[in-house]
Amino acid sequence: MKQYLKNTFDGIFTVLVGMKVTFKHLFTPAVTIQYPDVKVKLPDRVRNRLYVNMDDCIGCDQCSRACPVSCIEIETVKSIPSEDLGITSNGKKKALWVTKFNIDIAKCCYCQLCVFPCPTECIYMTDVYEFAEYERSNFLYKFATLTDEEAVQKKINYEKFQAEKAAAAAKPKPETPAQTENKTE
Amino acid sequence: MYQFLYDLIGNEILAGLLVAVVPLTIILVFALFGIWLERKVSAHMQDRLGPMRTGWHGWLQTVADLMKMLQKEDIIATDADKTLYNIAPVLVFTGSFAAYAVIPFSSKLLGSEVEIGLFYVIAISSLVVAGILMAGWSANNKYSLLGAMRAAAQIISYEIPTALIILSMVMLTGTLSLEKISQMQTSSFWNWNIFGGAVFGLSKFLLIPFMIAGTLIIFTSTLAEVNRVPFDIPEAESELVAGYFTEYCGMKWGMFMLAEYGNMFAVSAIIAILFLGGYQSPIGYLGNSIGAQWLIPFEQGFWFIAKGLALVFVQMWLRWTLPRLRVDQLMTVCWKYLIPFAFINLIIIGIISLI
Repeated sequence: MKQYLKNTFDGIFTVLVGMKVTFKHLFTPAVTIQYPDVKVKLPDRVRNRLYVNMDDCIGCDQCSRACPVSCIEIETVKSIPSEDLGITSNGKKKALWVTKFNIDIAKCCYCQLCVFPCPTECIYMTDVYEFAEYERSNFLYKFATLTDEEAVQKKINYEKFQAEKAAAAAKPKPETPAQTENKTE
Repeated sequence: MYQFLYDLIGNEILAGLLVAVVPLTIILVFALFGIWLERKVSAHMQDRLGPMRTGWHGWLQTVADLMKMLQKEDIIATDADKTLYNIAPVLVFTGSFAAYAVIPFSSKLLGSEVEIGLFYVIAISSLVVAGILMAGWSANNKYSLLGAMRAAAQIISYEIPTALIILSMVMLTGTLSLEKISQMQTSSFWNWNIFGGAVFGLSKFLLIPFMIAGTLIIFTSTLAEVNRVPFDIPEAESELVAGYFTEYCGMKWGMFMLAEYGNMFAVSAIIAILFLGGYQSPIGYLGNSIGAQWLIPFEQGFWFIAKGLALVFVQMWLRWTLPRLRVDQLMTVCWKYLIPFAFINLIIIGIISLI
């Protein structure tokens, strides 16, 4: 009988204790945030989507070689002396036309190994982390600033220049073809 | 209400329909508001925010959900008993909605002034059990059947303490009419039945502890009757998917949901009428003090709905506080604790009401 009354009392008392706890939490500010409207501040050195600032890119291919998953694809064409490509923000002279700079972000493993070798610091991680796509092909980011026609044109220009150079080199000394070959290289 | 509308319109059918529409509107609006409230209360008790996108703090969320529910395909399993399957949600909803016929929302808004209101409420709410059993059986699903069996066992068991407490209140007040019980507790909260009723004297003070005990018992047992946590084993999500309405979808499922919220408010209303003064204001009426008699019924409606919502809030509060009871614990609470206490309460209240 004593146990019975104790059980009754415990039943009511423990329920009230629980209710007190939940009532306190009713007025506790929410720990969750309204995600798309409010975002958590990211850490300083967070690694997210890659971005390439093509104005500074010299087409040195170092990032592509550093990539452990080969997600960066670069093709370049040498410029001809009559063309001026300008200089990068840290004073390096640009000498190559970057005809292709593709990053397949779906392959990217966000290791940031491509960022450190870059001599002009033009490839870096941004704080964008929402880039879901419906099509896998949309993950192939094309950074090259030249259009396809321009790229073809640059290639033709360079080949023409090489041919002219070869012709010029071949004219005065037609008897030494070995030397000409060296020069064209 | 009916008489008033009949005098106004002069058409029996139209007046009857209008009388029926008012509680239906209240129950529908309450269900919409109640589901939203439930989600907000649960969210804030868990330090979350809950629905926030549709409308101010997500108050239109249930409307959006309802729109989605209305568009859903009505799927009936091949092996289901189609007749019973289709009747069950209607029956459950009817059971919970019919109880509103005798509940006095205010002295003017009252469906039917039957003398046996309390008896009617107990009788008509048993229809829910039949509907639940039908739903569980006809769906031909083991979870549904288990849920329905549990629901039947639970609701029938918990009807006993409920009926015993109602019986003790009937002994004290001497009437089965909900309207008359409300009228007895007028003018101040000190006259409410939880504080021993309106008759001032020794018996009033003797009654107070037993009235509080009675309120607790009837609250617990009605909580079990409407299948709310911690007594929600009929629809235990983690064990039985959704219990007796596992196989339902679309608006038929919506009708079960509506019936659940309708029931929640109905039992809260019964407790409010029996113990908390029904539609009576705890502090007197503004209409009396400024001399506007027409204001009083509206104030009464406000107080009634406020009391009902307060009790509904306590139900939600308990839901997010307590874990679910096991089947044997459920039966222990009912048969070993609530029923003996209700009997003792009944006897003592009977003795006190003699002096």
